[in-house]
Amino acid sequence: MSFWRDPIIFIIEWAKGLLAGIGWGPGWATIVGFVIGAFVLAAGAMFFVVFLIWYERKLIGRLQDRFGPNRLGPWGLFQPIADMLKIFTKELITPSGVDWIAYNLAPVLSVAAVLMMWAVTPFSKTFFGVNISVGILFLIAVGGLGEVGIILAGWGSNNKYALVGALRAVAQLCSYEVPFVISALVPVMLTGSMSLVDIVEAQNPWYILVAPAAALVFFIASVAETGRAPFDLAEAESEIVAGYNVEYSGLKFGMFFVGEFLHAFTASFIFVTVFLGGWRGPGADQIPVLGLVYFMIKTFIVYFALILFRGTNPRFRIDQMMDLNWKVLTPLSLVVIMVIALVDRLFASSADWLRTVILLAANLAILVVAERLIRRGVKTTRPEVGSRERPVASPDNLFIQPGSGAKG
Amino acid sequence: MSGLQIVFLIVAVVTLFSGVMVVASRKMMHSALWLILTLLGVAILFATLQAGFFAIVQVLVYIGAISILIIFTLMLTRRVMDDEHPQVIKGWWLPAVMAVILFGLIAGFLATWEDFQVMLNELPADAENLAAFGSALVNPAGYVIPFEVASVLLLAALVGAIYIAVERKEKVG
Repeated sequence: MSFWRDPIIFIIEWAKGLLAGIGWGPGWATIVGFVIGAFVLAAGAMFFVVFLIWYERKLIGRLQDRFGPNRLGPWGLFQPIADMLKIFTKELITPSGVDWIAYNLAPVLSVAAVLMMWAVTPFSKTFFGVNISVGILFLIAVGGLGEVGIILAGWGSNNKYALVGALRAVAQLCSYEVPFVISALVPVMLTGSMSLVDIVEAQNPWYILVAPAAALVFFIASVAETGRAPFDLAEAESEIVAGYNVEYSGLKFGMFFVGEFLHAFTASFIFVTVFLGGWRGPGADQIPVLGLVYFMIKTFIVYFALILFRGTNPRFRIDQMMDLNWKVLTPLSLVVIMVIALVDRLFASSADWLRTVILLAANLAILVVAERLIRRGVKTTRPEVGSRERPVASPDNLFIQPGSGAKG
Repeated sequence: MSGLQIVFLIVAVVTLFSGVMVVASRKMMHSALWLILTLLGVAILFATLQAGFFAIVQVLVYIGAISILIIFTLMLTRRVMDDEHPQVIKGWWLPAVMAVILFGLIAGFLATWEDFQVMLNELPADAENLAAFGSALVNPAGYVIPFEVASVLLLAALVGAIYIAVERKEKVG
């Protein structure tokens, strides 16, 4: 195996050979490999967040017609590092009356629950933590642990706003788990396996082309699961200060922050894995490292959509959030799963392309009907405020910013 | 002693200890947290028995849903939790004796069972447990009737919950 085809597996094999050379058995070498792999993946994810924060702040800045961080380093790239160092040096304040165990366990759980999702996701053909037969259920189960973290934070910090935030968060996460699970069943049904590795292997074509309705429900539900705008009721600054993490400071608050960013990124790569073909792409079968590149490109496209979502939508009221879930997404996902099961069984013997086209047509028909039904429920059309023409600052050169000190 | 046995012993001790702490801790919230640890221990036991599906379902259903609902109700009752009443009732020894006798009986019966001494058989790695389990649930010769009855029961519970929760519009006049 050459290094350039699959560097990660090459390094792992090389390390195993090294351990065998000093007389360690293959069993111990595997255990050590897993421990080091888990450590590297977790640490890598944490450092990756630094980049994600910059990416997101920059994009949100553009969406809100400002520049975003642009002082430190090229294009403000080092700003999150400075912020990180600042948060490391801040005092850890423990308010009086907190429940010590719950208060300190919560930030750890909220990051750990997200990092555990990285363990089962196939990043390329050969590069994944473990291939468990119930991968997709594992993702959902681990998401539940994150909810426990939020509850502990809200209850443990002895603060009314935190408690209200946690109650909102749990109501939201528990509710959105229903359409999330049901729409995740569609790829499972099409593949005949719950293993994420199998789901990626079976995506020919990508499942978003086979079941766009299920993909839409899955995407919206996973945005809600990450708990960011427009679903950020749990930490609505203008209503309940900062929600469940209001009593946290310094590194503990940083953990929640990291957890949120990682969760958003993780949600986008889970969407890629389940509906956008994961690492699949031209040549990825022969050269696994290409798969990793495709995977990252797709993930960043979805992440970009997630940030667009966040930057352009105002926050839902709690009743609107519940209405969207129970009156739109849940019935829609139930209809989708029944129709897909029926169509898939009826056309099981016909050619693959024909079945795909029929599934796609059925999905689009469901979406059109759903859209009509939702429109019928809208009673008033809101008057347009202001004019459509808005002044927009358009930088002449995207890479050079005024005031950043760089010469153009 | 194999690695699996060591894991089993550690998990068993943690599970039993947290099970005791569920009833022994002062704050109800802590009881709920210990309950989560107990259920997690059971999930790990499932995993050591190569029943990965049940391990995940244990986490998903019991920790992800049931414990959270328990905690959700507890969160609304913070004042009730810190009471200073004694934690044991007067005649505590009677249930204790009965529990010991019951445990002895169950253990005695299990000891007479011929498979009691059999060691764990490791399943082959490519065993299709999950697929077999799935088809047994929908197979008329398998468990389709209990499965469907349980589904109908859950549906009835769902309808009942909606009936209780729905906002009735009072007719005016």
